[in-house]
Amino acid sequence: MYLTKEEERMLNGEEGYTVKKSMEILVALGDIYGAEKLINIDSVQVAGVSYHNLGDAGLEFLNELAKDGKVKVLTTLNPAGMDLENWKKLGISKEFAEKQNLVIEAFRKMGIIISCTCTPYLIGSLPTYGRHIAWSESSAVTFANSVIGAKTNREGGPSALAAAFVGKTPAYGLHLEENRVPDVHVDVRVNLKKISDWGALGWCIGKKVGNKIPYITGVKDADLDELKSFCASVVTYGSKPLFFMKGITPGSEKHQLPKEKVTIEDVDIKKAYESINDDVDTIDFVCIGCPHCSIKEIAEIAKSLKNKKVSSNTEFWVATSRLMKQLADKRGYTEIIENSGGKFACDTCMAVAPLKGRFRSVATTSAKGCYYSRHNGMKTKLGSLEECIEAAVRGKWS
Amino acid sequence: MELKGRIISKGVAEGEALTTSQPISFYGGVDPDTGVIIEKGHELEGKKVTDKILVFPNGKGSTVGSYTLYRMKKNNTAPAGIINEECETVVAVGAIISEIPCIDKIDISKIETGDTVRLQNDVVRIEK
Repeated sequence: MYLTKEEERMLNGEEGYTVKKSMEILVALGDIYGAEKLINIDSVQVAGVSYHNLGDAGLEFLNELAKDGKVKVLTTLNPAGMDLENWKKLGISKEFAEKQNLVIEAFRKMGIIISCTCTPYLIGSLPTYGRHIAWSESSAVTFANSVIGAKTNREGGPSALAAAFVGKTPAYGLHLEENRVPDVHVDVRVNLKKISDWGALGWCIGKKVGNKIPYITGVKDADLDELKSFCASVVTYGSKPLFFMKGITPGSEKHQLPKEKVTIEDVDIKKAYESINDDVDTIDFVCIGCPHCSIKEIAEIAKSLKNKKVSSNTEFWVATSRLMKQLADKRGYTEIIENSGGKFACDTCMAVAPLKGRFRSVATTSAKGCYYSRHNGMKTKLGSLEECIEAAVRGKWS
Repeated sequence: MELKGRIISKGVAEGEALTTSQPISFYGGVDPDTGVIIEKGHELEGKKVTDKILVFPNGKGSTVGSYTLYRMKKNNTAPAGIINEECETVVAVGAIISEIPCIDKIDISKIETGDTVRLQNDVVRIEK
């Protein structure tokens, strides 16, 4: 890989240990994947924040980097394993909270924005069309590539950090136009009605196209929350973090329809629900916000929960970024939701919080949330917001 | 015998080879406190990788696995060196941050468990 004089100096350690290690990582990845050079990036999103996933190994490494490492571009954080302010209310142990705080402190020292959200594009890190970024949250990577038309590979936690310390990433994979070409046509012949249908559609496409890049037709329109949910699901269930959706993905019109074609029919969506939903009746956990709730979704939750009470046998979480919660506070949504017995889970989510063994069965609007809940040993129910709210109030799925 | 590969993480290492034809996931697949492979059903399940030249086709699994290798290095349970057929992100990043010599583009079928292997930058020397 070609390196500029400045990059050579960084690799030789003239900017310290962290920049040197970061350059070694970027050069090795560049060589492995055939990059010719490094390219400038606008922003970085760092995953691997929950102590639950990092463990002491990750914490030690982050502390090492924090000694002399400062990020060079706008860098945001993925959700942590707990609400950084209200962890006690959410039943997180003191031991876990202490470790999680050490992780956050290391990131803070590096100059990273402690955003703790999987939706950086909702809180001020919004890339624009054609720009290069290095993000590592799979749902956000898919959103950036496919809804915005920015360019990023699906980074791992350490490679995203390396990119942040150098302000560059090796030019390979989805950074190159030649690799951003659809190779399978997916015709959606389904009327998508509720938010969970978008997750179900993601399941279908992820399973059907696997490692190919889909060109999706037949979706007439889609709003932010629907696309957010679809992006999370399609990449969780097996797809690459890039799709083209006709009329929605910027630049999709310049591509020809691939010859290979699959269709998605009602029967496929039904199959998705059958596969995601377990045979379970009692619901002791309801979580909305995977990916993190937008302010519009919080408004919808408040509207549907108003004058209702969450069952005493059920825990109800609204997972969102702290910034969205602050907007909700000002508008009165927080009060409505909390008066009904719901809890805000800021900075964290159902995918990364230490939930194993705490709940038996979850209801959610998120197909991705179901995937991770099963890993945490829960039975899962996927449904509309109304169905989930009803489950929270009755403690049962109907 | 001498084989030439591609440097992923430079350095010198020598030890007894521990070879498998199966990919390894460090996150969840190896116990960082003992250095023992714990993945159920893996060819090397129950084998200790510590101070070995660990020879496997490629890594797999979560990128947190890079941190597991780092933890092993700090715990003195890490392999002395790593040889891959085709290195990927998790192992490459893990080897670099842990300063474990690592090389790929090697025909690993030429290395058997128990061989004495010396790894020096892009060269692997094997003694049967």
